[in-house]
Amino acid sequence: MKHTLSPQRYLILLAVMLTASVGDTLLSHGMTQVGPVTLAHLGMLLAAIRNPWVITGILCLLGFFASYLTALSWADLTFVLPSTAFGYVVVALLSKFWLHETITLYRWAGILLIVCGVGFVANGPSLTPHEPRHAVEEPAPEGESAVTGGTR
Amino acid sequence: MILASQMLAGHIHAGPVETWATILTVAATAVAGDVLTAGAMRRIGDLDAIRAKAGLGGAIRAVTSSPMFLLGVLSMAVSFFSLLFTLSNVEVSLAAPASASLTFLGNAFAAKIFLKENVDRRRWLAAIFVCAGVFLLAK
Repeated sequence: MKHTLSPQRYLILLAVMLTASVGDTLLSHGMTQVGPVTLAHLGMLLAAIRNPWVITGILCLLGFFASYLTALSWADLTFVLPSTAFGYVVVALLSKFWLHETITLYRWAGILLIVCGVGFVANGPSLTPHEPRHAVEEPAPEGESAVTGGTR
Repeated sequence: MILASQMLAGHIHAGPVETWATILTVAATAVAGDVLTAGAMRRIGDLDAIRAKAGLGGAIRAVTSSPMFLLGVLSMAVSFFSLLFTLSNVEVSLAAPASASLTFLGNAFAAKIFLKENVDRRRWLAAIFVCAGVFLLAK
């Protein structure tokens, strides 16, 4: 089993990290323009989805889900998840340098821990090789049918 | 997502049992969503290869026709609405980091048990570091 990822796959992981955090920050920025939404004024949500920042944020989050699913199709969940957590770091840095929010010492410590955590898995194998003798291989034919289903 | 929940939710204080029961519900449904989605993607196979063969439409069809994937998305939706409910009863400074951190640890356990992933010492350390990091980041 080859454990190193191709440059294209690293790009997908980069997209997982960036699209979620950029999307969240865009939504946050857009929602501050729209104003507070309460249960009594749910109509404000309609105004929200017309805001260009909110629209771009939603598009980014759709891109996140697509790249997250793509990554899960060739890498383990325990490999991909720390990458998604790295998005929290990007959000913190974006909120400091773009939205000019303050980052406390606790947050810097959190950023450091997440970076270390991502570093641990990034050096390891991305996918657990499953031998055919394992019971988990049983669903394989179904996976193949899904592929052929898509080819039709 | 948390931002939207904060905006939709009021703040009423709950007892410790209710607090942790709702936080655990959020984490458990999020873990179920992640594991089901990951399991579905493993069954479907390499999306890059499917896209190369059948195009983007074929890849979307392969994903959305998987009952396991749809169940995963349903679990994620339940987790989102549980988070909304939790945020209306529990302070966001506890609910958001606690549920996110528990989700990371729960995912490591669930991936080992249900997806038979090789969660070695390196991955356990990553799960613990990320879990602690997310908690600190949300403080």
